[in-house]
Amino acid sequence: MFLALTMVFVFALAGCGSKSDNQQASETPKTTDNGNEKKEEPKPEEKKTQDTLVFGRGGDSVALDPAIVTDGESLKIGHQVFDSLLEYKEGETEVQPALAESWQVSPDGLKYTFKLRQGVKFHDGTDFNADAVVFNFKRWSDPKSEYKFTDDSFDYYDSMFGPDGSRVIKDVTAVDANTVEFTLTQPQAPFLQNIAMTCFGIASPTAIKEKKENFKNEPVGTGPFVFKEWKRNDSITLEKNPNYWKQGLPKLNKVIVRSIPDNSARFNALQNGEIDIMEDLNPDDLSVLESKSDLQKINRPSFNVAYLGFNLKKKPFDNVKVREALSHAVNKQGIIDAFFAGQAKPAVNPMPPTLWGYNDSIQDYDYNLDTAKKLLADAGYPNGLPDPVTFYAMPVSRPYMPDGKKVAEAIQADFEKIGVKVNIQSPEWATYLDDTKAGAKDDIYMMGWTGDNGDPDNFIYTLLDKDSIPGNNRSFYVNEDLHKVLIEAQKEVSQDKRVELYKQSQEMIKKDIPWIPLVHTTPILAAKANLKGYVPSPTGTEAYSNVYFE
Amino acid sequence: MSSYVLKRLLILIPVLIGMTIIVFSIIHAIPGDPAETILGQKATEQSKEALREQLGLNKPWLQQYGTYLGDLVKGDLGKSIRTKEPIAKEMLPYLAATLELTMTSMLFATFVGMNAGIISAWRQNSWFDYVIMVIALIGVSMPIFWLGLMEQWIFSIKLHWLPSIGRMDQRDPVESVTNLYIIDSIIAGRWDQLWTVIKHLVLPSIALGTIPMAVIARMTRSSMLEVMKSDFVRTAKAKGLSQFFVVYKHALKNASIPVLTVIGLQTGSLLGGAVLTETIFAWPGVGRYIFEAISSRDYPVIQSGILIIAFLFIVINLIVDLLYALIDPRIQYK
Repeated sequence: MFLALTMVFVFALAGCGSKSDNQQASETPKTTDNGNEKKEEPKPEEKKTQDTLVFGRGGDSVALDPAIVTDGESLKIGHQVFDSLLEYKEGETEVQPALAESWQVSPDGLKYTFKLRQGVKFHDGTDFNADAVVFNFKRWSDPKSEYKFTDDSFDYYDSMFGPDGSRVIKDVTAVDANTVEFTLTQPQAPFLQNIAMTCFGIASPTAIKEKKENFKNEPVGTGPFVFKEWKRNDSITLEKNPNYWKQGLPKLNKVIVRSIPDNSARFNALQNGEIDIMEDLNPDDLSVLESKSDLQKINRPSFNVAYLGFNLKKKPFDNVKVREALSHAVNKQGIIDAFFAGQAKPAVNPMPPTLWGYNDSIQDYDYNLDTAKKLLADAGYPNGLPDPVTFYAMPVSRPYMPDGKKVAEAIQADFEKIGVKVNIQSPEWATYLDDTKAGAKDDIYMMGWTGDNGDPDNFIYTLLDKDSIPGNNRSFYVNEDLHKVLIEAQKEVSQDKRVELYKQSQEMIKKDIPWIPLVHTTPILAAKANLKGYVPSPTGTEAYSNVYFE
Repeated sequence: MSSYVLKRLLILIPVLIGMTIIVFSIIHAIPGDPAETILGQKATEQSKEALREQLGLNKPWLQQYGTYLGDLVKGDLGKSIRTKEPIAKEMLPYLAATLELTMTSMLFATFVGMNAGIISAWRQNSWFDYVIMVIALIGVSMPIFWLGLMEQWIFSIKLHWLPSIGRMDQRDPVESVTNLYIIDSIIAGRWDQLWTVIKHLVLPSIALGTIPMAVIARMTRSSMLEVMKSDFVRTAKAKGLSQFFVVYKHALKNASIPVLTVIGLQTGSLLGGAVLTETIFAWPGVGRYIFEAISSRDYPVIQSGILIIAFLFIVINLIVDLLYALIDPRIQYK
């Protein structure tokens, strides 16, 4: 009661204080009237045809050349300015033609021939053609290229097509002005999925040659929007590409992407009409969003997984029975209701169900503490584990895990009921990554992954194959049979066979339990109700070309 | 006086060198692999090794420090690891944004804080005095995060008076020349934008200026109370001077030395310590720049950022010291 009274009092004072201050700061008493007039002026105009989209996001781009970056915020802009040879279908992860109209694969899977779209021009007016494609791929693959500027590294190229010395793409040649041929050193099943990634957007060779190191600040591609201005940590302005090769697109005239780090402040800006759409809504603000008729909620399809990993180097987690016991002791639905505002699905497999090859015949270990206790007893621990378990909980918020510590505490409570004492640790992020990679300090850890290219390989091989030790396989999980299956799937050209192989791999993983998959989240976007045509992609980057205002 | 200025400037050099050593040592004491943090989870081992090589992170730290200091003398602040841009070029707009915000905040804090303090002292133990001092107490202990969000909620969402974020209306921007948007819009002759720029400044300035305002108000009050009891004030009153004249002319001038010190210190701390305000109001300032550099282990940016803030702090203190002499002729530097 006292607390409530104090709050009211403080609030009233703060309100008074701010109000009088406000008058002090802008002296003339007429100002507010002026302000209202100013506000009303543009409104009728806006209603007629609003053709500028203001997008609110949490962080700024690191650089605007998508080839040299790995962060999602940079790729978001890259997706507007550049096109790749192929692209993902709107809102999906299947590939479709983009700058390449069609393609052919040789039967041995070593030659890909792309027919390019004709008459496409870069924003600087130069022609898009086979030479431009060859130029870009040479720039990324040749470590001595003069257009690989100081400090540039093409990390995504290295990770998708192999680092220097073991490149998958042996050669890229221009057969004629509109045909490009890729020769591979070995078949790579996700090749087309990779080619469609935003980071392999084709840049204007002329612009790269002219701008050199400054190209990353003034990008030139063929995409729906032309880069205009970048005010770091503030805004990026893009304008409509009037010569865009997709007929009638883009519908917007201008896009302004603003960096607003705080989730609540970004939502405030949306409610005040300063931005039109925003990412990363606080789960707590969901009820406010749903209560407002001038706003709408847009769900991004889930494309990630959050998981609790076991460190198999540590006893007793090398024992699969212990891992199985703990798998029965995690209340996924409870966690989702409490910490994700319902905006997530319980995870069963190490990849999201939106991805092809997902094995939906696999049943999850049910949440049952009695079963868990029994299994623990079978494993030789009738009184629970003798030593406390070191549980690394994520110190940072990620799209797949907004509050790692709270989730860890919920899991801790359940584990203690079956006699497993848990000691939660949350060192800062860099140390966290180092420690879990080394696997010396943690017994169990929390981690997650967001897909890059719409291929199961990018989840299962990247996270759970023995090749990913040390690195993303922080469980130190080694299964030779699984390795064989995954390597086979990488080289298999037939899509049906690949689906079978990945389904098989998920069964093997389910049996070995290197992780307890926790959740797949559906990130929420909030937008003005009159904004139409925004189809979020699972990959996290989508073009704004179809967006318009009613 | 000029020899004093010179002496103060010379003292700057060892202070700055000491600063670089301290800053450098602190960062290198933090555990974790910078290459992994910078490149992220998805980077290959090879590219991480290349980065370590390129940054000299695998060299002895004394050698790293030596190289850094050498570049600094040449006026080269180095390149940001994260964005690969020269820091001097990158930092300039951030500094301008911070400067604009700090100046308006301090203007607000000084004007409101001093007047509140003066009137409180003048009308000591009146209801006005009590209310001001309670507000000042709350102001000192106010969480900026909460205050900022509350301001947005009241003045933007409920009343629609003021914009909640940013520095200007980006739908119709003014070309940046100085990056101080008030000056930029005057140069461009865009009076409508000047008005929006000022409106954008109001909420963050109040949020950032509240703590200094409260500190200044309290300091002014106590300093004034002391002076008001002195003989010359009694004499001035006895001469029949108006109350207002006595308070604002005679007493204030004598009470202003400690107030000035506080203003100087507060200005300095706002320059680097505006991270929270900059975060809530999406203000692209130096605080956020350094904060983001810290979370991505951008060594050169952290070093340069702190160095520049420290430098500005010292400059402000120098100015304050010189102002003492102007205000109080008894203070002389020899």
